[in-house]
Amino acid sequence: MQRRDFLIRSLALGCSAAASPMLTPVAFAEAPWEGRLVVIILRGAMDGLDAVRPYGDAEFAKLRGKLAGPNVGEADLQGFYALHPAMEPLRPLWNAGSLGFAHAVSTPYRDKRSHFDGQDLLEAGTVGLSGEGTRDGWLNRLLQAVPGVSGKTAFALERDQMLLLRGKAPVNTWTPESDLNISPQAQRLIELVHHDDPLFSGAVADAIGIADSLHLIDNPMTALEAQQLVRERAKEVGGSKGHLLLASFAAARLREEARIAAFSLNGWDTHRRQEKAINGALGRLSEVVSTLHQELGPEVWGKTTVLAMTEFGRTARINGTEGTDHGTGSAMVMAGGALRGGQVWSDWPGLAEADLYAGRDLMPTRDVRAHAAWALRGMFGIEQAVLERDVFPGLDMGDDPRLIL
Amino acid sequence: MFDPVLAEIRFGTGLSPSQKGPADTGEMLDRLTGPDRAADRWPLPKFEADAVPLLREYYQMRRVTKKGGNSPEVEAANKAYKGLKRQVREAGARQIAMQVLRGALTDDGLRERLTWFWNDHFTVVGRGLTVRSYITGFAEEAIRPHLTGRFADMLWAAASHPLMLQYLDQHRSIGPNSNVAKKSGKPYGINENLAREMLELHTLGVNGTYSQADVTALARLLTGMTVVELRFKVDPKYAEPGIQTILGQAYGGPPKDREADLRVFIEDLASHPQTLRHIAWKLAVHFVSDTPDPGLVEHISAALIGSGGELLEGYRAMLNHPAAWAAELGNVKPPFDFVVSATRALDVHPAMLERMNAKSLDTIFYAPLRLMGQGWMTPLGPDGWPEADSRWVTPQGLAGRIQWAMTAPQALTTRLPDPRNLVETALGAQAPQSLRFAASAAETDWEGVGIILSSPAFQRR
Repeated sequence: MQRRDFLIRSLALGCSAAASPMLTPVAFAEAPWEGRLVVIILRGAMDGLDAVRPYGDAEFAKLRGKLAGPNVGEADLQGFYALHPAMEPLRPLWNAGSLGFAHAVSTPYRDKRSHFDGQDLLEAGTVGLSGEGTRDGWLNRLLQAVPGVSGKTAFALERDQMLLLRGKAPVNTWTPESDLNISPQAQRLIELVHHDDPLFSGAVADAIGIADSLHLIDNPMTALEAQQLVRERAKEVGGSKGHLLLASFAAARLREEARIAAFSLNGWDTHRRQEKAINGALGRLSEVVSTLHQELGPEVWGKTTVLAMTEFGRTARINGTEGTDHGTGSAMVMAGGALRGGQVWSDWPGLAEADLYAGRDLMPTRDVRAHAAWALRGMFGIEQAVLERDVFPGLDMGDDPRLIL
Repeated sequence: MFDPVLAEIRFGTGLSPSQKGPADTGEMLDRLTGPDRAADRWPLPKFEADAVPLLREYYQMRRVTKKGGNSPEVEAANKAYKGLKRQVREAGARQIAMQVLRGALTDDGLRERLTWFWNDHFTVVGRGLTVRSYITGFAEEAIRPHLTGRFADMLWAAASHPLMLQYLDQHRSIGPNSNVAKKSGKPYGINENLAREMLELHTLGVNGTYSQADVTALARLLTGMTVVELRFKVDPKYAEPGIQTILGQAYGGPPKDREADLRVFIEDLASHPQTLRHIAWKLAVHFVSDTPDPGLVEHISAALIGSGGELLEGYRAMLNHPAAWAAELGNVKPPFDFVVSATRALDVHPAMLERMNAKSLDTIFYAPLRLMGQGWMTPLGPDGWPEADSRWVTPQGLAGRIQWAMTAPQALTTRLPDPRNLVETALGAQAPQSLRFAASAAETDWEGVGIILSSPAFQRR
């Protein structure tokens, strides 16, 4: 049998057949511009105060105890913030101006601190959870706002539809690990029996179209051969390197026609023993950024912006289990050669009791959507009125933070 | 109204060539309230009764082996540890075989469906080999025995199960003014995770009228609920003293009465009208339609509220409402339900699954389910699996279903059914003409079987 597998053979993947629980869908869309945008949803609420530690705030060490980390030393960023050790491998990008952070930011979501509602609002890009715009994602509405995005050119990869990319604009879906082995006659019959069910016929046409364009369709002669193909693929995928597969796959698509990639990284809900848990999550995020940097190559990386956003932050104080509970303000991680990086954008609210949101959380001083909107403006030249009305309904973008070179 | 094919497809685990479905709603409910024959025939280990003694031994051996060295004691422990680890791993792998067999060969499919429904409502995800390997123990102990009882009893059983307490970090939540915190002088504190999900997911729903203050007060009331040596315990030493106001009512007091106080609270919360409306809506969405008939939801809700949360009355109301029997197939089966109903349609021989080794179980079930978007018993969060059909029918998920339908039946049967027969036994008179044609036009039997099982007519219920 012949494997015309374009996928990431070079990656040294673990042999475990178990897909990593950290591996979630990638979605791509092509668009009529040169800039590349990668949006990563950090699911579970990243503790911004731990990722980018405001050691210059006198209250920080008191609130955080052991989580405040050792003496700042080399971890310093700009003399007020320190980089979490797990992101230290990204230091060269910081020095090169290709890594930056927005701190004390959040969506407009407040008070109930539900992951699910918080993520829905982050992906919908709206002010509230009901009403206009809440059924589709802001990245899809961005695509709706520009000409030249067609079903033929748009490309998407995901296992589970991300709200972020749901909507009227065509976005194809797939994951790096998928496969489709059918004979030409079986394909025709499958199309026939799916024909009268609109939900299924669209999905099956996309499945066959995508698998075909990726040269994934093999024609097994026997059922045993078909099973063998399934087993081979399972071995290629998974293990603890799932996030690298996502990044690598994203880079491969962005080097070609795709202009937008979106996927999720999980594992941020650090209710207990945060020191260990966030180390893993930030380490994976760093590896994803490094992989994108390396595999996009200097030219494409120079046109790329990565935005890693989370649904809300975590409590300023440590809880009773060496972790933190759901909070409000957090940080956004930004990277890419197109970024005017090497800085932390923040209107720092302070961490004294009276400065905290509801006496417990980092006070958000800026809407994270404003930073995302300014990035879209800088990257793609989208009009401010379109951003404030269509992409992020109800947003006041405020002053230009000049994120993009 | 009642239709014997819909009863199996929509409310059961699919049509079977060998199992006779119920004749009316009365028989459906009689079977549901009768003896649990599927669980007797295909037992799964209970967590507290079966897994805990074994796991204690396992952890004990691990403690010894971690000391290192090569004394006879450590060598013996090493050997025992390896043996136990194999035992735990195999038990973990076998879980899915038992679950599939129950669904594939039962004559009481509603019981399996309700078990899966409530197991998802009270999602627990196992972390680590040991807990993952006995995760079905949660449903065996906390869900299945309470399927037709009072919601309050199921809520208590689920919320106080050690697997739930561990999953939502409750076992580490300690009252800052509790005896333990005061004596140790360490900055112990509460963890809100269980309190929040209990209100948002298990009872009132996210649209319920509760606030952050209610979550915090409930988290304080829940302190004391903990896990000791893998077993549930209310330990007053960890309980935050004092009265907590939750949803406008006062609960709690001195730590010594904490278990009784918690039971009073759970009774109130479980019979709260917002709770019962929320679960009525969830039942209608899960069993009937993503956008259920409001009259159906109201009917179930009224029965639940009128009976003080008797779940059986909720099911009876659902099955007696005409909207539940709409002829058109609606909801798309989630991947696990799809795989079970396909196995049922193939009339698999039990020995085929009972004897399947861990590697084959991974190839046939665990790995394909992940590709279809439903890694077994591992939803991303405590809100469980999505209900929306569009979340399952993606190019990616559908490719996974087609791949599975083409390859797995060969491994599950000694001889594949003739596709022209399968189309009748799996779909009954409802089989669309195009599918009958495709079943006869496929070039091979395995492709014919694959086309039938991955067709929209078989995916919907």
